[in-house]
Amino acid sequence: MGTNLKNILSEKRPAILDRWVDHILDTYPSDTASFMRDKKSRFANPVGHSISAGVEGIFEALLQGIVQEQVSVFLDNIIRIRAIQDFTPSQAISFVFFLKKIIRDELAGEIRENSLADELMLLEDQIDSLGLLAFDIFMRCREKLYDIKANETRSMTFRLLQKANLICEKPGEEPDVPDSNSE
Amino acid sequence: MAKGPNKEELSKLDYTLPSTEWMDTPVEFKPGTFCWGAKGKNLQTVEFPNARDWTPVEDDWKLPQEWEGTVLEAMADRLSKYRSFKLFMDICVRCGACADKCHFYIGSGDPKNMPVLRAELMRSVYRKYFTTPGKILGRLAGARELNVDVLKEWWYYFFQCTECRRCSVFCPYGIDQAEITMMGREFLNLLGLNTDWISGPVANCYMKGNHLGLEPHAIMNSIEGMIDDIETITGIRINPSFNRKGAEILFVTPSGDLFADPGTFTAMGYMMLFHELGLDYTWSTYASEGGNFGFFTSNEMAKRLNAKIYAEAKRLGVKYIIGGECGHMWRVLTQYMDTWNGPADFLEVPVSPITGTRFENSKSIKMIHVAEFTADLIKHGKLKLDPSRNDNLKLTYHDSCNVARGMGMMEEPRYIIKNVCNNFYEMPEDTIREKTFCCGSGTGLNASENMELRMRGGLPRANAVKYVHEKHGVNMLANICAIDRATLKASMEYWVPQVSVTGLHELVANALIMTGEKERETNLRGEPLPGKEGN
Repeated sequence: MGTNLKNILSEKRPAILDRWVDHILDTYPSDTASFMRDKKSRFANPVGHSISAGVEGIFEALLQGIVQEQVSVFLDNIIRIRAIQDFTPSQAISFVFFLKKIIRDELAGEIRENSLADELMLLEDQIDSLGLLAFDIFMRCREKLYDIKANETRSMTFRLLQKANLICEKPGEEPDVPDSNSE
Repeated sequence: MAKGPNKEELSKLDYTLPSTEWMDTPVEFKPGTFCWGAKGKNLQTVEFPNARDWTPVEDDWKLPQEWEGTVLEAMADRLSKYRSFKLFMDICVRCGACADKCHFYIGSGDPKNMPVLRAELMRSVYRKYFTTPGKILGRLAGARELNVDVLKEWWYYFFQCTECRRCSVFCPYGIDQAEITMMGREFLNLLGLNTDWISGPVANCYMKGNHLGLEPHAIMNSIEGMIDDIETITGIRINPSFNRKGAEILFVTPSGDLFADPGTFTAMGYMMLFHELGLDYTWSTYASEGGNFGFFTSNEMAKRLNAKIYAEAKRLGVKYIIGGECGHMWRVLTQYMDTWNGPADFLEVPVSPITGTRFENSKSIKMIHVAEFTADLIKHGKLKLDPSRNDNLKLTYHDSCNVARGMGMMEEPRYIIKNVCNNFYEMPEDTIREKTFCCGSGTGLNASENMELRMRGGLPRANAVKYVHEKHGVNMLANICAIDRATLKASMEYWVPQVSVTGLHELVANALIMTGEKERETNLRGEPLPGKEGN
């Protein structure tokens, strides 16, 4: 196996992924982070599971070459959760950028010895592009949330008008606010 | 303009919680996680104390003078009245079995949503004022004083519990967190601290008999609209009766079934089934609500709102009552109504006029759930069914907390589904039946302003639905609860948009072959039946 960056990343994959997951879980209160780390059932611990499965998928995409539709699914699984949790927008998507520091720390020696700084820069560009994609996904989640709120409020207002006999259309004919998750 | 963090700074941000102890970390009211405060006029309608408009985000909650005394007196009263409350305050050993079983904790990661800690919010106050170690040792004994910050914390977290009781399944002592939340809400209501989303429906129900505040003409209009739709689909004109004295059966369902999809399709289902059976039943425009938001307010309020059901059954002279598809309604009616508003000695033990089955389980309350009524019909071969009309659906079933965990009704809905649909897939074992995950928006948390909170609470349920969607192509989530029908719709839209929501009797009515019906082209939603797509 040659000493290019992707080969080294492949070899160090378990260590990198462990650190990445740990770093993301540390964004939760410590009791919660331990629960999410220890509980392995995907149904008892959907957040922990989505994070560990998600980062694996994202890492694999970085190694194999990013196909936006495929990597979006893994990003979405994590971001859809963080978009409704107690995070600011930057905190919700910052996990993508954690990977840069983890790779630099984990592979510092190898990068120096094998003069892989150029490859590292290219990889970091790819991580940056994932960051931008993450921002789009975050916004789609938030817009979806606002659509749901708006539609509930609209249909409630509609029902009040209907109750007061001010309009007579059936609720089923009321158009919803267009869907913002158009994918 | 404020300077934002640069990339380096951003990657080094520290997201850990403040280092203060939980007792010293006051609640921060963030939009999306709480409901609006109760309006004065709605509290006034039911003669509740401290009726005034107030806002949770403002510092001043306009509390009455001596409010601490009011809460502590009420606590002393309930401790002496309810042995269970006293036990639940005393016996927790903090083993942590409940901690990670709450859907709000799993979805939010907020430690104060662990049932043990949510209960501790109240236990700490209990210890301070009602136990000797707490009085003497204070903080060392896990005790703290009741102050405004503690009160706000109670309000925030007791309206972040849906009283689903999943945690109690795992508690080795059987501590029922729902009862602690109920007490919390009861104390808060003594200070005028309800939510708008609960107190509005309570006032409506008190004045007009149902949460939506529908008057008789609106109820009848709504049902007539459904009858028109049924005629279009089946060619059969149904003529239900309203407030009819001498009917054999009074039918009571949540008012949500009358005005919001997909509940309206469920209501059409009831009427088609009852018509086909020739059932001697009547709707009531007075007892026009099966649900009870008083139950999310205080014991006394729940009792006051529920009284109309037996009163109407007596006035109309029916023999017994059938209840529509509802969750908390069923628990309230079965576990509370008898002692609140009974004895119903003017009613008879329900006997199905079609099968002759005597529902001994309802000997005391004289009311049966429509799911057990229908399951009995199918068991006796009394319905002609064509399940292939539901072949466009791949179903899974959500056990509603109050019906399944609360009342043990788990087989009847499944039995019905298997007889009216050909494609049924269960969700994973730890997420159904007595371990079912809550929809995330029960107990009056189904407002819109707290949508982030609803999505957090709804995540564990939606996660299991997503699994069966990906594994089996499930596209429909069935349930027998009006709150589920309203709230799972939003939850699915966010988490699993490929899955829609249905009530059980919508499925029954689609499969039901009615006497004299025309060849059906569409289901109750107006969508083409399988095989009729090209017509």
